[in-house]
Amino acid sequence: MGRLRLATIWLGGCSGCHMSFLDIDEFLIDLAGLVDVVYSPLVDTKVYPKDVDVVLIEGAAASEEHIDLARLARKNTKKVVAFGDCAVTGNVTAMRNHLGPALVVLERAYLRDVDVRPGIPCEPGIVPVLLDRVRPLHEVIPVDGFIPGCPPPAKRIKEYLESTLANR
Amino acid sequence: MAVKTLRIDGRLISAHEDQTVLDVAREAGIPLPTLCHLDGVAAVAACRLCLVEVAGSAKLQPACTTKVAEGMVVQTATDRLKSYRKMIVELLLAEKNHVCSVCVSNGHCELQDLAVNVGVDHVRYDYLHPDCHVDISHERFGIDHNRCVLCTRCVRTCDQVEGAHTWDVAGRGHKAWIISDMAQPWGASESCTSCGKCVQACPTGAIFHKGASVGEMRKDRDLIRFVVTAREKKQWVV
Repeated sequence: MGRLRLATIWLGGCSGCHMSFLDIDEFLIDLAGLVDVVYSPLVDTKVYPKDVDVVLIEGAAASEEHIDLARLARKNTKKVVAFGDCAVTGNVTAMRNHLGPALVVLERAYLRDVDVRPGIPCEPGIVPVLLDRVRPLHEVIPVDGFIPGCPPPAKRIKEYLESTLANR
Repeated sequence: MAVKTLRIDGRLISAHEDQTVLDVAREAGIPLPTLCHLDGVAAVAACRLCLVEVAGSAKLQPACTTKVAEGMVVQTATDRLKSYRKMIVELLLAEKNHVCSVCVSNGHCELQDLAVNVGVDHVRYDYLHPDCHVDISHERFGIDHNRCVLCTRCVRTCDQVEGAHTWDVAGRGHKAWIISDMAQPWGASESCTSCGKCVQACPTGAIFHKGASVGEMRKDRDLIRFVVTAREKKQWVV
């Protein structure tokens, strides 16, 4: 059996889950011997590849770009894992949902009480379009596993990866 | 006092006639999840987590208000019950804004523990994300309606143990919310004695000590039972 093709994705989250991933310390060295990290904010691949075995997806779906990437990951990956509370529940990323749709949120953030250059960022093709409602990952694509925590403790991430590797 | 004999999950158990199925199950070490139940105040069977199957009854019965009966046959952990319990906890999580990562009770929360115990790894229902407010007008305490599960443990504790009846429920269905006095700010309440029992009665981070940061609100789960036992039996034990 070849090395496990592992990917990680950063959607609408703070990257804390990825920081916790790096906190698995020396297990990273073991992991480097067992997996190929084929796509991740931590590596330089630009396009999500085909035939990925496992992807850890951090963050909720907050923009159209997130939905597109999540769908592509689902299509090209055997096992999709919701990685951390934002992916699992929406968490802090979804705390804007009670305000209303995207425009209300943008007005609140970029116009109301803004002293310096008020204006909603709008660069089609560059700035992703916000969704009206932040959604947990499993509302967007079928998800095979859930790692809770904000962020998930490094030990939990390590145990999940170990069991995934053991059960291949 | 008459003794009743019944079966719970196949085990033959003797009980006093005035005991509930929940009392007996707990004594026998049979785990039954609860949320609205609080030792020391009256049971209301509101959360439906302790529902059990009783042979001969098509309806599920809440263990906390169902008295034991001779020859009763009770099942506490069938697949149907487990699936309903999981569903109930998921609906509770979807109904309000339970953002554990920024909650004062993170790590010491009965709702969080329940979710783990009944196997909730994600919520299958759409989150409602209601627009709830936080009342920190009281000098020492706060109430965050985002975290409230409407178990009414605070309402019953305030009424039945403290005798103040500051808390009550207003509204219907998912728009129900806990109010102090006539829906006035808690800090303006004339009936509140500031005893703090509601803080300890609350299973989540909805009622808290002001100044508690994320995960810092640890509650004394035995306080209400201690007070009631002391008052009724003159025994100062938990």
